[in-house]
Amino acid sequence: MIPLLRRIFKTGIVTESVPEIPAAETQRLHGEILTILGRALTIRQVDAGSCNGCELEIHALNNPYYNLEGRGIKFVASPRHADMLLVTGPVTKNMENALKIVYDCTPDPKLVVAVGDCGCGCGEVGALFGPNYATCGAVENVIPVDVRIPGCPPTPLVLMQGILQAITPR
Amino acid sequence: MRFHAEPIEFTPQPGVGAPVWHGRAVDGEDLLRYAISVHRHQGRLSALWGSDERERAGGFRLHCVFALTEGWQWLRLDLPAENPTCPDLSGIFPAANRMQRATFDLLDIRHDGPDQRPWLRHGGWPADWFPLRHDAGDHADFTNAPTDYDFVKVGGEGAHEIPVGPIHAGIIEPGHFRFSVVGERVLRLEQRLGYQHKGVEHRLASTDFLTGAKLIGRISGDSTCAYAWAYAAAVEAACGATPSPRALMLRAVMLERERVANHLGDLGALGNDAAFAFGLTQFMRLKEDWLRLNADLFGHRFMMDRIVPGGVSHDLAPEALARMVEQCELFAREVSELRAIYDNHAGLQDRFLTTGIINTDLAHELSLTGMAARATGMILDGRVYRQDYTPPPPYAALGVRPVTDERGDVAARVAVRFDEIFESLRLLRAMAVGMPAGEILTTITPVAGGAGLGVIEGWRGEVLVGLEFDAVGKLARVHPHDPSWQCWPALEHAVMNDIVPDFPLINKSFNLSYSGADL
Ligand code: SF4
Repeated sequence: MIPLLRRIFKTGIVTESVPEIPAAETQRLHGEILTILGRALTIRQVDAGSCNGCELEIHALNNPYYNLEGRGIKFVASPRHADMLLVTGPVTKNMENALKIVYDCTPDPKLVVAVGDCGCGCGEVGALFGPNYATCGAVENVIPVDVRIPGCPPTPLVLMQGILQAITPR
Repeated sequence: MRFHAEPIEFTPQPGVGAPVWHGRAVDGEDLLRYAISVHRHQGRLSALWGSDERERAGGFRLHCVFALTEGWQWLRLDLPAENPTCPDLSGIFPAANRMQRATFDLLDIRHDGPDQRPWLRHGGWPADWFPLRHDAGDHADFTNAPTDYDFVKVGGEGAHEIPVGPIHAGIIEPGHFRFSVVGERVLRLEQRLGYQHKGVEHRLASTDFLTGAKLIGRISGDSTCAYAWAYAAAVEAACGATPSPRALMLRAVMLERERVANHLGDLGALGNDAAFAFGLTQFMRLKEDWLRLNADLFGHRFMMDRIVPGGVSHDLAPEALARMVEQCELFAREVSELRAIYDNHAGLQDRFLTTGIINTDLAHELSLTGMAARATGMILDGRVYRQDYTPPPPYAALGVRPVTDERGDVAARVAVRFDEIFESLRLLRAMAVGMPAGEILTTITPVAGGAGLGVIEGWRGEVLVGLEFDAVGKLARVHPHDPSWQCWPALEHAVMNDIVPDFPLINKSFNLSYSGADL
C-alpha cells in the first residue's frame, strides 16, 4: 500500500489544459455542457471498421494528461445513454446494419461525430479506403454526420477540440 | 534443400530477411504429406491463402506457409481453373479452419473439410461472387443482406447462451462472441468475426508497391511498424534489394518502440479490468509520454509510413538517440516500480493467477505464436537464436534474450509483457549506442513476376506478408497475415470453465486484432 501511495503522490496531477482552448475556456465549456445538457456529456464510441489506430487515440483521451472525464465528458456502454456517437470507419458492409441500429437507439437530439480520414472519407487515406464491395466508405454514407475530425489518426488534442466544437452552440 | 527427408525441394529466398524457403507441392497428397511431417516435427501452420493465376498459369493456387525451427517454408499448390478444391488441412492444423473458409469466400477455392460455413462473407455480397477473382470487378453497389450464422449449440440442463457484439461495451473493435454458460461458468465460447472486413486484399491488387505500403501500414494500427517492415522485407526479397544496416537498425528501433507502447497500454488495461484503476492511470501516463517521444523522434505517434520498402523515411540525429536512451533509463525505473506494485497486490494476483489457462500442448496444436505462445513456455520468437535458427539482422547482433513463462494464464501473459518491456528497453539502448552510419533508403525497382515473403516478430506475434508482382511491376497478389488468426481460437479455449466476468480480463491479456485478421 505504501509504495502505491508514494507513487500516486510522486506522480501528482499531470492533466494539461488544451492549447488553443485555454483553461478558462474549458471551464466555460464545461459550464455550458452542464447548462445545455443538464448533466455530463456522454459519448458512445462505435468502431464501424477502423484499423484500431483511431481507437488508440480515443483511448488516450482518458489518460491523465487529457483527462476527458475530468472535463465532464464520459464514454458510456449503451447508445441509449449517449448524447453523442463517435464513429470511426470506413463503415464495413458487415457493420452497416449494426451502425444503423446504434443510431436509431440513440435518443434525440443526438450528435454524430465522424473520426479519422477513413471515417470522414477525406485525404489520401480516405480515398484508399473508399467504398468497395466490402465497405460503404465514410460514416456519412450510412448515417447523418454533424462534425468531422480528420487525421490518421487524429491526435488526442485534435479529437478533444473536435468534440468540444461539436457541442459548442453555433 | 529438403526438410525431414520429404521429397519437396525448396530453394532459399535471397536477401537479409528472415530465413524463408520457396517450394511447390505436385498435388494435394503431396501437400498433406508435407503438412503431416511439419506437424510431427513440432512445426506450425503460419498462413494459408489463395490466388487467381488463370491469366498467368491457367488455374488457381493455394499458398501455405509452414514454420519449422529453421525458418518458414512457402509452399504453393497449383489448382485447376474449374472447381478448384484443396485438401482439408484443419484435421492436422486446426488453425487452417478459418483460413480455408476465408479462401473460399474470397476466391471460390473449395476445401473438403467438415466446416463449410462462410467466414468473411456475412451477406454483404452475393454468395456466387468472389472478390479476388480477376474477372470479379468491383461492385460497391451490392445490396447488403446480412445472413444468419450457424453457431454450435450447447444443450443440457441449465445451459443457455449469452450473445455479445458485434458492438462491445467499450472502445474496442467489433466482433461477435457467443457464450454457452451454466450459471456463471463458460462451457463454450464461439467467435464470429469478419465485421472489420474491408476488402484490403482486393484494394492491394494491381496497385503500385508504394501505395501498397500505405495500405499495409493501416491493416492494424497498433502494429503498423510490424506490418510495414514485413511488407518492406517481402518487396525487397522480390526485387533483390538490400536495405542498409542503418535502415535495418532504425526499423528495429521502431518495432521495439511499438512493442513497448502496446505492452504499456495493455498492462494498464489489465489492471483496470481487475478493478485496479491506479494501474490504468499510471500506465496510460507512461504510454502517453512514450508516444509523445515517438512524435518528436519520427513525426508520428505510431510511426505510420516511417518504414518503407528500401529502408526508412526518417533518420535519427545523435541528440534524438540520446533522448531515447534517457527515456529508456527512466522507464526501466518506473516500470520496475509499477511491477513491484502489481506483483504485491493480492487482489490483482487473485484475478490473474490460474485464469484463462492455455498449456503448451494446446499451444502447439493451435499453431499459437508470439507473446501468447511464449506465455505457455515456448521459446518462439523470430528475434531470438535457437538451435538451427539465426535471427535476421539487426537482431542477430543484438543477442535478444528469450522471455517465457510456463504458467499459461493471465498472470503469465502479464509477466511476459513486463519482461519484454525490460528487454526492449535494453535493446533500444544498445541500438542507440551501436547505430551504424550510412544511408537510410535504397531505391527499389519492381521485378516483374518477383515473389517475396516477409516475417516480422511484432508485439502480438508473427506478422507475415507474402506478395507477388505481375508482369508490369504492379502488385499481383498480397496476403498480409496477422498472428491473431492463430490466437483467436486459443482464446476460445482459454475461457472454458472460467466465469463470464473473467472474460474481459482474459480477452485483454491476449488483446487480439480484429481488423488484422478480418482484412
Ligand atoms: S484514419 Fe487512419 S488510424 Fe483511423 S482507422 Fe483510418 S487508417 Fe486507421
